[in-house]
Amino acid sequence: MLILTWTIQLLAIPVLSPLFTGVIRKMKARMQNRQGASIFQPYKDLRKLFNKDEIISQDASWIFRFAPYLIFAVTLLIGAIIPIFSTYVANQYLSNFLVVVYLLALATFFLALSGMDAGSAFGGFGSSREMTIAALAEGGIIFSFLALAPISRSGNLFEIAKTISTLQFMQFMPITLAFAGFMLALLAENGRFPFDNPATHLELTMIHEAMILEYSGKRLALIEWAAANKSLIFMALAVNLFFPWGMASAGDGSVLLALLWFVAKVSVICAGIAFVESTIAKFRYFRLPDLLFTSFILSVITIGLITFF
Amino acid sequence: MLKLLTKILKTPKTVIDSREFARDQEVEEVGKKIEAKVKKLFRGSLAIREVDTGSTNACEQELTALSNCFYDVERFGVHFVASPRHADMLMVTGPATRNMREALKRTYEATPDPKIVVAVGDDAIDGGIFKGSYAVLDGVSKVIPVDFQIPGDPPSPKTILGCLLKFLETLDKR
Amino acid sequence: MLNFSSQSLFFISLLLFAVGAIGALLLGKNDRKANAWGNMLGCMGSLGGILAAVRVLFWGEKFSVSFDSSFPLIRLSFHLDNLSAFFMLVISLIALLASIYALGYAKHFFGKYNLGTLGFLYNLFIAGMLLVVTAGNAIFFSIVWEIMSLASYFLVVFDRQDKNNVKAGTLYFVMTHIGTAFIILAFLLLYKLTGSLDFSVMKNNLGQTPVIFKNIVFVLALVGFGTKAGIIPLHIWLPSAHPAAPTQVSALMSGVMIKTGIYMMIRIFMDVFPGAPLWWGLVILSIGAVSSLLGVLYALSEHDIKRLLAYHSIENIGIILLGLGSAMVFLSLDMQALAVLGLAAALFHTLNHAVFKSLLFMGAGSVIAKTHTRNIEEYGGLIHLMPQTAFFFLIGSMAISALPPFNGFFSEWLIFQALFSGINSAGLLASWVFILSAGALAFTGGLAAACFVKAFGTTFLARPRSEEAKQAKEVDLSLRIGMGTLAGLTLVLGVLAGPICKVLVRVAGSLGNLQNAQAAANFGIFSSHLKNNFAALSMPGILFFLLLALAVTFVLVYGTTRKQKVKIGRVWDCGTDLSPRMEITATGFSRAIITIFGGILQPTKQTAVEYRDADMRYFKKTNVVSLKTKDVYGSYLYGPGQKLVERFSRYTKKIQSGNINAYILYIFMTLIALIIFLVI
Repeated sequence: MLILTWTIQLLAIPVLSPLFTGVIRKMKARMQNRQGASIFQPYKDLRKLFNKDEIISQDASWIFRFAPYLIFAVTLLIGAIIPIFSTYVANQYLSNFLVVVYLLALATFFLALSGMDAGSAFGGFGSSREMTIAALAEGGIIFSFLALAPISRSGNLFEIAKTISTLQFMQFMPITLAFAGFMLALLAENGRFPFDNPATHLELTMIHEAMILEYSGKRLALIEWAAANKSLIFMALAVNLFFPWGMASAGDGSVLLALLWFVAKVSVICAGIAFVESTIAKFRYFRLPDLLFTSFILSVITIGLITFF
Repeated sequence: MLKLLTKILKTPKTVIDSREFARDQEVEEVGKKIEAKVKKLFRGSLAIREVDTGSTNACEQELTALSNCFYDVERFGVHFVASPRHADMLMVTGPATRNMREALKRTYEATPDPKIVVAVGDDAIDGGIFKGSYAVLDGVSKVIPVDFQIPGDPPSPKTILGCLLKFLETLDKR
Repeated sequence: MLNFSSQSLFFISLLLFAVGAIGALLLGKNDRKANAWGNMLGCMGSLGGILAAVRVLFWGEKFSVSFDSSFPLIRLSFHLDNLSAFFMLVISLIALLASIYALGYAKHFFGKYNLGTLGFLYNLFIAGMLLVVTAGNAIFFSIVWEIMSLASYFLVVFDRQDKNNVKAGTLYFVMTHIGTAFIILAFLLLYKLTGSLDFSVMKNNLGQTPVIFKNIVFVLALVGFGTKAGIIPLHIWLPSAHPAAPTQVSALMSGVMIKTGIYMMIRIFMDVFPGAPLWWGLVILSIGAVSSLLGVLYALSEHDIKRLLAYHSIENIGIILLGLGSAMVFLSLDMQALAVLGLAAALFHTLNHAVFKSLLFMGAGSVIAKTHTRNIEEYGGLIHLMPQTAFFFLIGSMAISALPPFNGFFSEWLIFQALFSGINSAGLLASWVFILSAGALAFTGGLAAACFVKAFGTTFLARPRSEEAKQAKEVDLSLRIGMGTLAGLTLVLGVLAGPICKVLVRVAGSLGNLQNAQAAANFGIFSSHLKNNFAALSMPGILFFLLLALAVTFVLVYGTTRKQKVKIGRVWDCGTDLSPRMEITATGFSRAIITIFGGILQPTKQTAVEYRDADMRYFKKTNVVSLKTKDVYGSYLYGPGQKLVERFSRYTKKIQSGNINAYILYIFMTLIALIIFLVI
C-alpha cells in the first residue's frame, strides 16, 4: 500500500498537470460562448510534439539543449516533495518551503538563460521581463509561506498542512490575507492574467512565451509540460497549505477519497483563474510591480497579525 | 460584473455544428502526397502558423474568424501559434511578392518536419487578381512546395474549415 | 609537513611570503622568472597558512606569542585562536588559488610593467592580511592594517597607464585612511578605558565601563571597519578600486580583504566586549539589509563586468552582516544557542562568498584578458570560444544566486533560519526589524539571480557583439586550474555543508561571550536540522534527487523519441537578417528593474545631438544617449561633507596670517596660559 501511495505521489503532478491546463482553457472557452477543445487536448498536443523533429538554431549552445531537461526534472522533484493528497508521505529533509522556492528559482534561471541563448530578437527581452517578475514575486511567495510557519512552528510543508487543518475560525482569518498574497504570486509565476497572456501572438507583450519561441519538437514538449507542472504545483500548494481539509492521514483506502478532494479543490482554483482571465485585461508592464509589492505587504500584515495577537 | 455574468450565461449557443462542414468540399491536393501517418499524427492536435506574403488581408480576416464563437476551430484541436518552430502547418496567403520571397523561404525552413503547407485563396494558388504583375511571383508554389490548396477570393471560413477537416480526414473517421 | 606545530607553520608561511616578496623584487629584470617566483612562493606560503589554520581548528593548537621590539609600545603580538584560524584558512585558500591563476594571468603584463614589483606587493599584501587576522595588540594591528592598505593601494594603481585606475587608487587611499582614523580613535578610547593595548587584556577589563563610552567605541569601530568592509554609505571606493586592480588582486580584495573588516567587527563586538545592548544588533541588521538591497540594485545598473561584481560584494557583505546582526541581537536577549547559529551562518557565508566571488572575478579576468575590454555590451557568444571559462562562470553565477545544490544556497538558508527564529522570539521592535530584514534578503536573492542571468547571458550567449569578442580564445591552463578548483569547491562546500557548519559552531562557540554554548541546530553529514524542529535540510539529498530526476527525464525522453531527428538551422529572425545589435543588451535587460526602483537609483538620461547644419537644425548627424544613475552619495553625503571641511579649513587658515608679530603674540599667550594653569 505504501508503494502505491508513493507511486501516486510521484506521478500525480506530471500526469494530472495537462488535465488542469485543459480544464482552464475549456472554462475560458465556455465563458466566450465557444465550445473549446476537450479537456484532454494538452495530452494530444504533447504526444504530437514528442513525435515531431526539432530544429535548433546554429548560435545556440549546450545550455539551450540542456535546459528543458533540467526544468522538467526540477518540476518532477518538487512534485514529489509537496503535499498533494496525503500527509502520510511526508519527508523531513526536503519538504522545506525555502527549498521549493529556490528549486523553482533554479528552473527559472535556466529558462531565462535558454531564452537568451539563441540570440533571437525576442528571447532576450522575454528573459529580462521574466527575471524581473520572478525576482519581485519571490518576496511574495516566501512571505506567504512564512505567514503560515509560525502557527505550525515548522517550515516543513506537511507539518504546515497538518496544523492548518486543525485551526479554529478566528485563528484562520488572517490566513486568508496570506492566501490573497499567494494567489497574486501564483498568477505572476505561471504567466496568467493580469501578468501575462498565455495565448498571445504579439511578441512585444509576451513574457513566458517569448523565451520559448525558438524551441520545437520534444524540447518544446518538455518545456510546455514543465510549465503545466509548475502551474499545478502552485495550485496544489495553494489548496493544500491554505485549505488543507480532506487530505489522507494514513495510507489506506482514504487515499482515493483524498485524491478526489484534491481534484475538486484544484478545479475550484482553476475556475477562479478562468474567471479572472475572462473578466479583466492584462495590465501594463509597469503596473505589475505594484501588484507584487501588494502581495508582499499582505503577507507582512498577516505575519504582524499572527505574531502579535 | 453581475451584468457581464448574466449576459454570459444567457447568450445562446452559436457554434456551428461540424456536420455542416462536411458537405460538398472538394479537396485539392497538389504536390507530393502527404503520408497517412502524418495525417494521423495531426488529427488530434494541429498547430498552424499563418504567413502573409503580401495579401489584401481578406484571407487573414477569414482566418481570424475561424477562432470566433461561430466556427470555433479550437474544438477540433487546431490552434494558431506565434512561431514557425511551434507549427505543423503553414497557411500561406497572398501572391508571394518579391520582397517576401526570402522571408517565406526562411519560414518554411524554420518549421520542423513533418509539416504541411496550404495555400489559402486564389492569390496564393496562382497569383489571383495580381497575376502577371512585376512585383509578385505568381503563387506560393513558386517559392516553397505546397501540399494543399483552398480556392476562393477569399474563401469563407466555412470553406477553410471544411477543407482543413477534409485534409486531416477528421470527419471521415468520426 | 603536518608534524609541525601551528605556530611554526604560521611563521614559516610568513617567512615564505617575505622570501617571495624580496626575491621577486630582486628578479625584477626577468619578467618570467619574477612572475614565477612571486606566485610559486605565494602558493607555498598559502599552503603553510592553510596547514597552520587546519592544525588550530582540528588539533586545537591555539597559540599566543609576543615579542618586544626595540621601539617602545610596539610589541609584536600574535594571537591565533579559532576565529583567527578560520579567517586565515579563508585567506590562504583564496590566495593559493589566486596565485595559481596569476601564474598564467600576469603574462599579459610582460613588457609593460615591472613584474618584480607586482610579486613584491602581492606577497606583502597577503602577508599583511594574515597578520591582520592574527594581531593581538592594537598598535601592531594598526601597523599591519596600514601595510595591508598600502600594499593594496599600490596594487590598485599598478596598471597606471589608465588614468581611471590612478583616480580609483586615490579614492581608495583617502577612504581607507578615513576608516583607519576612526579605528585608531576607537583603539585609543579602549586603551583609556582598560589601560592596555592587548586585545585579550581588554577583554578582561571592559566589564565596568560606563555605557556611553561603549556606545562611542561601537560607533567608531562600526564606521572604521565598515569602511573597509564596504557597507553603504561608506562603499564608494569599492566599485572603482576593485576593477582597477589586476584580477588576482581583485579576487583577493573582494573575496578576503573586505572580510578582515568583518573579522574585526566580530572580534570587537562579540569577543572583546562582554555583552552588547540590543540596539547594536538592530543597527547592524538594518545596515546589512540596506547594503544587500542597494548593492544588488546598483549591480543591476552596471555594465562594466568588474564593477558589477564589486557591487555584488557589497550585497554579500550585507548578507553577512544580517547573520552577524541577528547573532548580536540574540546575544543581548540571552539566547546563546541562536546567537551561535547566526554567527555560524555569517561565517559560512564569508567562506562561501570568498570562494564564489574569486571564481567570478577570475572568470571576468579571463574574459577581459582575451577581449581587452571590460564593457559587457561588447561581449557575446563567448561560450563557443571559451567553453570552460563559460562553464566555471556559470557555476559561480549559480552559487551566488543561491541556487541549490551549491554552497550559496545553504548559507542563505541558514541566515533565513536565524532571521525567522528572531521573528518568533524577540520583542516588538526587534521582531519588525527581523521581518523587514528577511524581506530584504528575499528580494535580494531574486534580484541577484536576475543580475547574473544578465551578466552570464550577455557575456557568453548568443552572438558576438564586437570584433574582439569574435577573436577571443580559451585561456591558459593555469587560469583554468584556478577557476576549476574553485568551481568544484562550490559544489563540495555545498554538499558537505553540514560537517563544515559543525566546525563553524565550534569556532563561534570559542568567542568570549558564547563560551560553551551549543548551537540551536544539529549539523550532520547527510542532513541538518534546527533543534526546535522548525526546519531541516539535506544538501546531499537535494543533489542526489535532482540528478536522479534528471536521469529519469533523459532516459524516458531518449527512449520515446529515438526516431525524431534534430536539425541545425538558422535562428528564427522573422525573415530579416539579424545583426548583433538586435540581441538584448545588458542595459536593455536591466532597464525594467531600474525604472521600477527609480526612486532609489535615480536614473538619468542625457541626449547629445549634432546637426548637419547647426543653424537649420533639421537633419541630425549623430545622436548620443547616455543612460547613467545619479551619484547619490557624492551629491548628498560626500559632496556637502567635502564642502564643509573646506570651509572649516579656510576659516582656520586665518590663524596663519604670515605676520610674525601675530606668531609672537600666540607664543606669549600660550606662556601666560601655562603659567596660570601651573599656578592653579
